[in-house]
Amino acid sequence: MDEDKGMFNVQQTIGTVLCCRCGIRMQPNAANMCVRCLRSEVDITEGLQKHVVISHCPECDCYLQPPKTWLKAQWESKELLTFCVKRLKNLNKVRLIHAEFVWTEPHSKRIKVRVTIQKEVLNGAVLEQAYVVEYVQQDHMCESCSRVAANPDQWVASVQLRQHVSHRRTFFYLEQLILKHDAAVKAIKIKQMDQGIDFFFGNRSHAVKFLEFLGSVVPTKSRDDKQLVSHDVKSSNYNYKYTFSVQISPVCREDLICLPQRLSSSLGNIGPLVVCTKVTNSIALLDPFTLRHCHLDSDQYWRHGFKSLLTSRQLVEYIVLDIEIPSPPMEAKIGGVRYLLADAQVARVSDFGRNDNIFFVRTHLGHLLNPGDHALGYDLYAANSNDSELEKYKNLVLPEVVLIKKSYEEARLRKRGKPRKYKLKHLEMEVDDRARVDEEKERSDYEQFQRDIEENPELRFNLSLYRNKEYQEESEAGSMADDAAAPLEELLADLVLLDESDEEEDEGMRE
Amino acid sequence: MATRLQFENNCEVGVFSKLTNAYCLVAIGGSESFYSIFETELADVIPVVKTSIGGTRIIGRLCAGNKNGLLVPHTTTDQELQHLRNSLPDSVVVQRIEERLSALGNCIACNDHVALAHTDLDRETEELIADVLGVEVFRQTIAGNILVGSYCALTNRGGLVHPHTSIEDLDELSTLLQVPLVAGTVNRGSEVIAAGMTVNDWTAFCGSDTTATELSVIESVFKLREAQPSAIVDKMRKSLIDSYV
Repeated sequence: MDEDKGMFNVQQTIGTVLCCRCGIRMQPNAANMCVRCLRSEVDITEGLQKHVVISHCPECDCYLQPPKTWLKAQWESKELLTFCVKRLKNLNKVRLIHAEFVWTEPHSKRIKVRVTIQKEVLNGAVLEQAYVVEYVQQDHMCESCSRVAANPDQWVASVQLRQHVSHRRTFFYLEQLILKHDAAVKAIKIKQMDQGIDFFFGNRSHAVKFLEFLGSVVPTKSRDDKQLVSHDVKSSNYNYKYTFSVQISPVCREDLICLPQRLSSSLGNIGPLVVCTKVTNSIALLDPFTLRHCHLDSDQYWRHGFKSLLTSRQLVEYIVLDIEIPSPPMEAKIGGVRYLLADAQVARVSDFGRNDNIFFVRTHLGHLLNPGDHALGYDLYAANSNDSELEKYKNLVLPEVVLIKKSYEEARLRKRGKPRKYKLKHLEMEVDDRARVDEEKERSDYEQFQRDIEENPELRFNLSLYRNKEYQEESEAGSMADDAAAPLEELLADLVLLDESDEEEDEGMRE
Repeated sequence: MATRLQFENNCEVGVFSKLTNAYCLVAIGGSESFYSIFETELADVIPVVKTSIGGTRIIGRLCAGNKNGLLVPHTTTDQELQHLRNSLPDSVVVQRIEERLSALGNCIACNDHVALAHTDLDRETEELIADVLGVEVFRQTIAGNILVGSYCALTNRGGLVHPHTSIEDLDELSTLLQVPLVAGTVNRGSEVIAAGMTVNDWTAFCGSDTTATELSVIESVFKLREAQPSAIVDKMRKSLIDSYV
């Protein structure tokens, strides 16, 4: 700009002066002393801590930040550096430029940090100096480690999960869900009990978090209690053991339910006989004869607390003789699944060929069934139900059969004994000795559960399936296998590390 | 010869004294030691006068002068003016000037032949300086500072300027003033040269904080080592003796 105006700018060369103390030639600065003289004159590290003692827990590798916080930090990590610098007092009077570790022997219990600071001295000259701070590491067990060491089984909160039904399908499903969402990571111990599972946690908040997770996946009712373990009079600290008792609704998928009269009328006179199609944190009910559906919230269910009329143990196999779809076809799409009302002619498999017992029924599975198929349903004709709700209904005509699902038994017979394409992971559970465990029943329950997830993609949605190494691809011309079994794309491939076969990480192969 | 001293525990001796080749002005201090040091050095050569200007003691910064004359600001009282006229030799013209910038010691740096002036000085003042002091006046800055009187100490043999003065500036000033110039410090790195010391052709007085290095620089640039007062003031003495008679 000056050049434009025609001004001549002289180039300014800074001359040298002699340092006022030692007389060496130097560039003039604010103090007019060479750096060495300045440094010898003024020590900006005066008054700063050079020696600090820090506490370290050898069990969990944590460092104490008084009064009570324990910080987890690796040796010579960024967190440790931040922690060390924070422990220096008076560092706010000078400006911190740089800090780094000086190598020390790991077991010497000394940490050395070289800190570079800047401070203003004399008349505006800013001096920069680096100095070393030594930290002596004292070993001191942190509270949680000492508590664990004193009594390894000590728990503070427990969640007792119960479902009063005769099978364990819900718990298998829950197990997979918990594994998928890592909800029980913080659990100290998991114990399998009769009709339920107990989870033990070290912290009340972990238990509450788990409880909330449960409430979001199944309809539950819970109550909590606490028990005083110890109490310190002087500081008024009370130590409690908290217990959360959780009950899952006994209504499961594919159950046949007779709704109480009041509930039925409040839901719009939905037929008293309904089938439960889906249980998440709400229960989905479907009237199989009118294709009307409704949802019941957790709260709503527990207000009435009805039980199922017939459960899936009582399913009987039928052969479909004929299917007639009335015109106009009545179909509905509920929860992503198509249902079609149809009239069916069925006969029990046990009756088939022996006698002529044929039943004419209305079913909601018109879209699935073809003549000659096998289906599973509830035999109300032969059933002897002892339900108080059912008796309250006067003038109710019970259907003879309620078909629930299609049966893939034949295809399964072909595959019997062969390993499955996928496998599932398990939670580490302790089995209580006191509980009466029927091995055979457990195994058949589990088999049933596996069939369920094979047949229902919606059920599979929330779970993680892993590829089974032992499965051999067989060139079977069974279309059944492709339909029913989980397609390969949905399986997660397990990465097995060469050294340790226990370590498995899932590599997401999801579409 | 350079001497180190303090005025009432303060090292800025250039503020409280004014030294030229013909006379020396000293502030009225609490203790007599300041005055006595000047006396010891200079008594038999040039008159040492105790005075105040405008009732203040910062006389070194308020007045500017050389062997030909002395310029005092408009704040000087009549008594002080009279006292100065009486005490100083007749060859020295004492002149009070009306100038907005009243700290003449900070605005004017002069020796017996040439003077540097503050860039904002009035034209009349400049003419007065040229008349009274018998010097050639140049408006200049030193290291970008307009207070040339503070940042430069000047005698007929040499000069010391602000340490941040660039080499080009030094050359230019040196050419103007026709004396060798050096950039340096006084009083342990202080940049305000003229406040920290006062100097004439054969002697210098510096603050007691001045380091040996700074002292050696001062002595070398003002050529004080081989300086003898007698050779310089002989002419003056003759005029003095004449007047007594």
